[in-house]
Amino acid sequence: MMEPQEIKNRLEETFEGATVLVEDLTGTKDHFRVTVVSEQFEGKSLIDQHQLVYAPFKEEIGGPIHAFSIKTYTPEKWEEEQQTKIQ
Amino acid sequence: MTKEDVLQNIEGEVASNPIMVYMKGTPDFPQCGFSNRVVQIFRQLGVPFEAKNVLEDPQFRYILQEYSNWPTIPQVFVNGKLIGGSDICMEMYENGELQELVKQATTAEKQ
Repeated sequence: MMEPQEIKNRLEETFEGATVLVEDLTGTKDHFRVTVVSEQFEGKSLIDQHQLVYAPFKEEIGGPIHAFSIKTYTPEKWEEEQQTKIQ
Repeated sequence: MTKEDVLQNIEGEVASNPIMVYMKGTPDFPQCGFSNRVVQIFRQLGVPFEAKNVLEDPQFRYILQEYSNWPTIPQVFVNGKLIGGSDICMEMYENGELQELVKQATTAEKQ
């Protein structure tokens, strides 16, 4: 188990100025979906983006964290996504 | 089997199969929703893929994770290269990149 707030804090430390959403999918604090919007993803492949998000949780994934679903956006992509949702 | 043997096996598997999926369970009996999602994507695309159940040997998954530097299962390799897990597969499927990549991988095989 891991506190969603701790996940959020750690991601915000890793990705300065990022928008971070953490969802506890099962209410059991071990299956999470995280959304990170950061300029650091600019020009990086999806796999590199996800590696960056996994990195601060190397110790917990496979242990206290059972599932860790990731969605990454550059600020530009995120903006586009929000526009699509509104339409 | 030593760790080196296992690493060598992995190398061989990802090199000889254009699409290699390491998953929990089997394609017909997936034991995890994320693994199932990957199987469904490739079935939807109608392309053959090779799958290996990482749960068969408890040691295996740790060696695989070391090989790929990827912490979660499933792991999908196309043409010997890790493309990611179920989130990336889904995203690439939705934006059409996966179809393109798979087409290239399966065409290369025929040559």
